[in-house]
Amino acid sequence: MAASVPSVQEKWTGKVREVTLGALPADGGTRGRTVTVGGENTLPFLHFEGEVPHRPAIAIEIWDHPPEDWSPILLEAWGDVLQDVGAWAKKAEEVGADLIALTLDSAHPEKGNTSGEQARATVRKVLEATTLPLIVYGPGQVDKDNEVLVAVAEEAAGERVALGNCEEGNYRTIVAAALAHGHLVIGKTPIDVNLAKQLNILISDMRLDLDRILMDPTTGALGYGLEYTYSVMERLKLAALMGDSMTQQPMIVTTGFEAWRAKEARVNEGVPAEWGDWTKRSLLWETITTMALLEAGANIVVMRHPEAVKKIRQVIDKLMTKA
Amino acid sequence: MGLSGLAIYKLLPKTNCKECGFPTCLAFAMKLAARQVELSACPYVSDEAKAVLDAASAPPIRLVKVGPEERKVEVGNETVLFRHEKTFYHPPGFFYRLKDDEPADAFAARLEAVANYGVERVGIELKADGIALQSAAGSADAFGERAAQVVSAGLPLVLIADDPQVMEAGLKAAQGMAPLIYAANAENWETMASLAAQYGAPLAVFGEGLETLAELTEKIKGKGVEDMVLDPGTRGWSDSLAAFTQLRRLAIKKNYRPLGYPIIAFPGEGTEDELEEALLAGQYVAKYAGFIVMDHFDPASLYPLLTLRQNIYTDPQKPIQVSPGLYEIGKPTPESPLLVTTNFSLTYFSVAGEVEGSGIPAWLLVADSEGMSVLTAWAAGKFDAERIAKAVKSMGVAEKVAHRKIIIPGYVSSISGELEDELPDWEILVGPREAINIPSFLKQFAA
Repeated sequence: MAASVPSVQEKWTGKVREVTLGALPADGGTRGRTVTVGGENTLPFLHFEGEVPHRPAIAIEIWDHPPEDWSPILLEAWGDVLQDVGAWAKKAEEVGADLIALTLDSAHPEKGNTSGEQARATVRKVLEATTLPLIVYGPGQVDKDNEVLVAVAEEAAGERVALGNCEEGNYRTIVAAALAHGHLVIGKTPIDVNLAKQLNILISDMRLDLDRILMDPTTGALGYGLEYTYSVMERLKLAALMGDSMTQQPMIVTTGFEAWRAKEARVNEGVPAEWGDWTKRSLLWETITTMALLEAGANIVVMRHPEAVKKIRQVIDKLMTKA
Repeated sequence: MGLSGLAIYKLLPKTNCKECGFPTCLAFAMKLAARQVELSACPYVSDEAKAVLDAASAPPIRLVKVGPEERKVEVGNETVLFRHEKTFYHPPGFFYRLKDDEPADAFAARLEAVANYGVERVGIELKADGIALQSAAGSADAFGERAAQVVSAGLPLVLIADDPQVMEAGLKAAQGMAPLIYAANAENWETMASLAAQYGAPLAVFGEGLETLAELTEKIKGKGVEDMVLDPGTRGWSDSLAAFTQLRRLAIKKNYRPLGYPIIAFPGEGTEDELEEALLAGQYVAKYAGFIVMDHFDPASLYPLLTLRQNIYTDPQKPIQVSPGLYEIGKPTPESPLLVTTNFSLTYFSVAGEVEGSGIPAWLLVADSEGMSVLTAWAAGKFDAERIAKAVKSMGVAEKVAHRKIIIPGYVSSISGELEDELPDWEILVGPREAINIPSFLKQFAA
């Protein structure tokens, strides 16, 4: 006689919003494909109780000038393409990116202070080099973010680029640019459910449609606060599934940036022998950080190392396969 | 799940004899309900009441212990599905698989590598947990001999063999070590159950599908074996995630006893290479495994996995604190800048990470803020001028640093005046509010 095991399927009432990045020529853009994320009405990859209509997307982070302070392992993995943002974008597409995440680092006041005009040229170059949809980050300094992201929004009008980051103290200019030129925004808040909700409310109060907002809950790398991000993401995802509308934006996390900042990934000098082989350890630092946050509900992961991307692509393939 | 105090009271003698140490049976019942006292404190409780109370108070996932006391791996007893709801209590054990037909020197070398692995992270020693010894030779002698070798290394054991005779040889060699027997299945469960009972060893149960598994555990329980571990037969990513999630939910939400046991997982099976094995092991850490049997031992994968385990099993209510002290970031000289921050682990890591990332060696003074972040600690009076001054004076800062400039977090700029009074020889500089702005601050400072 077979035992009768009770059902533990949850009946969630809410679901994550679908957000589409990129626009095809028919919709006013020039992209070869679009990427839609979100739409799930269950916890990550639980195909037995709900629908996960879109796989999480992998964005590869590229910079508009050679990133000198990156780990030698990353510099070696990318090689010459680091010298040319167009070649880098092309290469990123080849190694399996779904999205290109362009960081306009050279606009930072201490790293070149390049202008809006240069940002236009850069984004134009990247749009021509790849058919993938774009995410564009400013240099992370309020005034320059506003300057270059407004320029990018104009230059890439209609392309449904995700512009980042909007933060509580600085979102109006970026949201206005997205509204004016048909883009999306990324709202970033410091590891807190209520702050994430609050920023979504503030952004949508400016009349930007909710299907144009991604939220970045702030990533902690493995060993550097991963658990905080992990739990905040689980709480946001649960709230979304329980029907709390302002938590239903797809989540984007910058696992490559954070993992490669960790000492374990960046250096090999003077570290304990118990940390093991540097290359393998650093690949695992990025992939485990990414894997854990995918399981916590990430919809877009922004990564750095081509091998790590391949591995995570394989993992996502398998997680998307129904048992 | 747990009974209420009143429900428990009804089962007690109601004599108010006070022998339990509480003034009334009701008071005792309340303490029982709060799990603050053991039922055995009542000398007069009836067997009947005992059975009911024991059953009701049993945890939804049984606590299973493997290995000798000094290095035991205890898993189970979890109470939540998500760590933010309370915490995850018993981190999964990493067991490395060795086969008994490996050449003696290779076997000994791998055993030693696992046994000796240890590394410190945020003041906590991280180790590999044990060996999963698999019978490949099919010989009882070979299995027993290798098991004895693992026992003499003092490591917890999972014994993997289908043949009960082979298994018994392993059990004999590991008496008193509580090895985990892997596994009872639909064919051999009766013999395996009697071995488990005879040797007092926990028993893993393999059954494809939750129904089959539940049926088997019930039968085995009928033979008097209580300590079981579940293998629902899944091996890959999404099937394991589905099965383990259902098992955890059945135990926690339905209090479903037949499947209220920890889970064993094999990430080396169903994956293509070492890297993927490590990643799947990571899924098992986050999603509900109790024992993780790895096929490839490599510090480069074990260290990140142990770090992940430490992260996921950190109590969200009690964040890890960093010991107060003067930390060297990079290789600072007496002229290098000096920054002060709190001993909340995340604060420390953010600040230390940014200083490290700046490429400018520096001294980081971590004051005892009782584990609070900068603003919280400041608001609670745990990161004020007095505390910072005390840290400066008690940590030997003046001996290591030649200059007399201290950089405080931007969020506590308001205390600089008081701090000047406390540290008259020092110049107080206000740093950035957010750690992320430290590199540019330091670059300007150093320029």
